[in-house]
Amino acid sequence: MNNPCHTLSRVAATLLSLITIGALFAVPFFAPRAIVQDLFGVLTLLVLALNWNMLAGFAGLVSVGQQAFVGIGAYAMFAAVILWGLDPMVGILIGGLAATLFAIPMAFFTFRLNGAYFAIGTWVVADISRLTAGQWMALGGGTGTSLPKGTARDMFGVEAIKEVLDVSSAAAADALTYWVALTLTLLLLVASYLFLRSRMGLGLQAIRDNANAARSVGVDPVRIKVAVFIFTALGTGLCGALMFMQITRVTPDAAFSVIDWTAFVIFVVVIGGIGTLPGPIIGVAVFYCLQRLMADYGTAYLIVLGLLGIPIMLFARRGLWGTFVDRTGLEILPLRHLAPPRRCSEDVSRLAASQPANGMENRRSVTSI
Amino acid sequence: MSILSLKAVSKSFGALKVTDDVSFDLGSGEALGIIGPNGAGKSTLFNLITGNFPVDKGQIFLDGLDVTRESAMMRCASGIGRSFQIPQPFGRLSVYENLLVAARFGGTVPATEAPDFCMDILERTRLATLANREAGGLPLLQRKRLELARAMATRPRVILLDEIAGGLTEAECRELVDTIREIHAGGTAIIWIEHVLHALNSVVERLIVLNFGQVLMAGPPEEVMASRAVQEIYLGIEA
Repeated sequence: MNNPCHTLSRVAATLLSLITIGALFAVPFFAPRAIVQDLFGVLTLLVLALNWNMLAGFAGLVSVGQQAFVGIGAYAMFAAVILWGLDPMVGILIGGLAATLFAIPMAFFTFRLNGAYFAIGTWVVADISRLTAGQWMALGGGTGTSLPKGTARDMFGVEAIKEVLDVSSAAAADALTYWVALTLTLLLLVASYLFLRSRMGLGLQAIRDNANAARSVGVDPVRIKVAVFIFTALGTGLCGALMFMQITRVTPDAAFSVIDWTAFVIFVVVIGGIGTLPGPIIGVAVFYCLQRLMADYGTAYLIVLGLLGIPIMLFARRGLWGTFVDRTGLEILPLRHLAPPRRCSEDVSRLAASQPANGMENRRSVTSI
Repeated sequence: MSILSLKAVSKSFGALKVTDDVSFDLGSGEALGIIGPNGAGKSTLFNLITGNFPVDKGQIFLDGLDVTRESAMMRCASGIGRSFQIPQPFGRLSVYENLLVAARFGGTVPATEAPDFCMDILERTRLATLANREAGGLPLLQRKRLELARAMATRPRVILLDEIAGGLTEAECRELVDTIREIHAGGTAIIWIEHVLHALNSVVERLIVLNFGQVLMAGPPEEVMASRAVQEIYLGIEA
């Protein structure tokens, strides 16, 4: 860490990320509305991917029921706006809260299952919630409902944005939802990083590697996994509420869609690099490009996604980012806790002197930038 | 005063009784060896003591407190550390991180003290040069050392070592014995399962012989090794 070269690259990396973040925040000021909407879609998919990666990639909880939290977040937001007359922004928070609360009983039941059984269990719970939402007559039952006209226009902050950007109410609402999505993404990235670097995060990675040994060194797997499950439910629920506020219409089939909110998300995380923090970002970028390239080919595009996913799962099991890190040793957002440098530097020279060069060693050594 | 007591502990896997009415006391700071033929139930006994397996019958006391129903995590926190017969490192974590987990959770070492605490153990177990290596890529000797180091990092008052000298060369074995002697000299009680008898007997003060899940005999190493019954059953010498 005291290496001046490292410090320099660290400063450069920080500057670059700040510029990127600044540019992303500035997008609604210069870009057309279609781009803002596209980026909104990318960011919300990224939020879902970050959450699922945390569950499956770090906690080993392969959930196929994340659409439960998207749907519950969306429905709670619609209830808050339509039934209780609250501002949609407050509705989003209520959506996140509802999903979090739902995660507690869901964890209670599904955590009795392991591996593939857990995956099916979460899917079943999600489908039960879809059917239940279809019975909510005040929100349109099986056919769903729409947000009242003008909800977006009257939303907190829209008027001010309209003045500043000098655009229509609809465009101002798009800018606002975009900024909320961007903020949510950044908060989630920072929170994930801090969590994984914390004591709990280290315990989580130990559990992922060997649950039995983890218990024997005092790590409680259930406690940490429940914490992750509930934390990701919050992120997924907020994201669901936000997405359906932008769509302004909700139906049980759309809000609890396993394809849209879980299957695509799994694809994104797997091709990007499961169990790495930058993986979902790469995955979302690839997914978005594919989607744009093949927008005109209809369902053929799903076949191409599948064909792309298979070789990556077979030959690059750590995904694009994981493979890149393995090849180059270059790591962004490294999660490694390095041994104290004082002794480490002395060790490195001793190691070089006493041990033959080892391919594994070179590959594993991680340069933090 | 005894730090660990087993009272009539039994465990069956289906019809097979792997631990049959085992009782013994481990004195505070004592070093106890467990020997017995393969399949005598030695590793199972460890799994019962650490809470990795639940006991069927009997009780386990740590410092006079009944821990029979406590989870493995709780027993680790109350001072039982272990190594696994087949090393079980956290493969994708570094050697240093393997210790860090053990120190921060089982050892409840504060964040600020943990780095130095872990490095001290890594130096004592001669792993310091490999601190930032991924643990999954280590060769056998280093894996065995890591098992010992990680158990030490939980700051145990009783450390359970399961065939930690098996498969090592004579020189490696001597190094390991030295390290275990140091741990013992530091006041930690030890229970050590081992087939490498000369290594075991150079450390322990008492031996227990297990056969078919039962305690066949217990006593000072010389006495146990000299007994006819042990030679017959354990060493396969005809009477």
